[in-house]
Amino acid sequence: MHELSLCRTIHQVVEKAAGDRKVAAVHLKVGKLRQVIPGTLTYCWGLVSADGPLAGSQLVVESVSVVGSCRSCGRDTEVEQVLVLVCAHCGAAALDIVSGEEFLITTIDLDDRTPAARRPVS
Amino acid sequence: MGRFHRHDDETGHGHGHGHGHDHDHPHDEHLGDHSGYETGADRIVVLERIFDENDRRAAENRRVLDDAGVLTINLMSSPGAGKTTLLERTLRTLPAPERVGVIEGDIETSIDADRLAAAGARVSLLNTADGFGGECHLDAPMVADALGRLDLDGLDVLFVENVGNLVCPAEFDVGAHRSVMIYAITEGEEKPLKYPVMFRAVDVVLVNKLDLLPHLDFDLDLFRANLATVNPGAEVIELSARSGEGLEQWTRWIDAARSQPATSGA
Ligand SMILES: Nc1nc2c(ncn2[C@@H]2O[C@H](COP(=O)(O)OP(=O)(O)O)[C@@H](O)[C@H]2O)c(=O)[nH]1
Ligand SMILES: [Mg+2]
Ligand SMILES: [Zn+2]
Repeated sequence: MHELSLCRTIHQVVEKAAGDRKVAAVHLKVGKLRQVIPGTLTYCWGLVSADGPLAGSQLVVESVSVVGSCRSCGRDTEVEQVLVLVCAHCGAAALDIVSGEEFLITTIDLDDRTPAARRPVS
Repeated sequence: MGRFHRHDDETGHGHGHGHGHDHDHPHDEHLGDHSGYETGADRIVVLERIFDENDRRAAENRRVLDDAGVLTINLMSSPGAGKTTLLERTLRTLPAPERVGVIEGDIETSIDADRLAAAGARVSLLNTADGFGGECHLDAPMVADALGRLDLDGLDVLFVENVGNLVCPAEFDVGAHRSVMIYAITEGEEKPLKYPVMFRAVDVVLVNKLDLLPHLDFDLDLFRANLATVNPGAEVIELSARSGEGLEQWTRWIDAARSQPATSGA
């Protein structure tokens, strides 16, 4: 689906953040409410990064569960599979999503073993 | 798992998290447990939201549209649910179609755009296969591009006919004030449960092709119940873009939205 265009955005952010330094891995946090397939994302990363300064780097995706906070009792419920927003503790059908919508680049691991001068020029 | 239980960095532990990469990759010997800490390699903390840039551009679009006083409605659906037919019908119903704009992002663009221009609208075409890499959705920069080709001062209402797709358009705020979904009764009652992110993203669901109800065993109450489990606040308008049934309720909804310019994201 839209994994390819997301990888282009990630690529831009990482290139800017890393500058001349060689990147080994890029870590992402992706909420399960974000409709991206981690395997497709890493596949697209290979396509988008090939032949550029980030060629050979790995995209590491951490999935984040969907959690809703109950408006009645205040407790949290992890929402599985089908998105039915009902509190597991008191049964109220009023959950505010508190996690599961994130989609962010958390960290970039640099690879010091490869001299920056040897990185492919884009 | 409560929200206070999350580790900040679970990437190295692998208990059930979707590591999307192949564990046999050649960097493993250097990276150890992937966390990077054991290798002595440098780590840059970025914490940048991937949709930030799109959302910033969407807010910019919304500001431009607010300044021009143009109510903008993002119209989403699966392919063939009736977006173009409804827009055509809506244009023929509204008193001043020449003050209505359409940003046409559907993939079969030129056909749809011609139909809508013939109905009186100012149409700005976005051929997503041309220069945008055949996208499955519209994003804020694409819409900004289309806005630049419209005379906004001459418009009261602007519709964005998004690409027919129930997944990707829900993720990208384009800068509209309202998000509307067209849902054809030929699609069955279960879709809200299968595409909750899309159904959660909209203010109103237009249940279209009502003229076909006698020929189908579509259960409207079941559909409404399924919708309510994922988006209890969504309004539902039943209509037929073909027969015109329910059109007044839809045009009343547009009028009401014009008089309350409160904005919504995504
Ligand atoms: N029976 C019936 N057919 C409809 C209705 N609305 C649209 N259609 C038909 O559905 C097909 C797809 O419509 P179109 O507007 O092109 O869908 P879009 O892809 O969402 O723009 C066309 O053949 C329309 O004539 C309706 O209310 N009733
Ligand atoms: Mg269309
Ligand atoms: Zn509760």
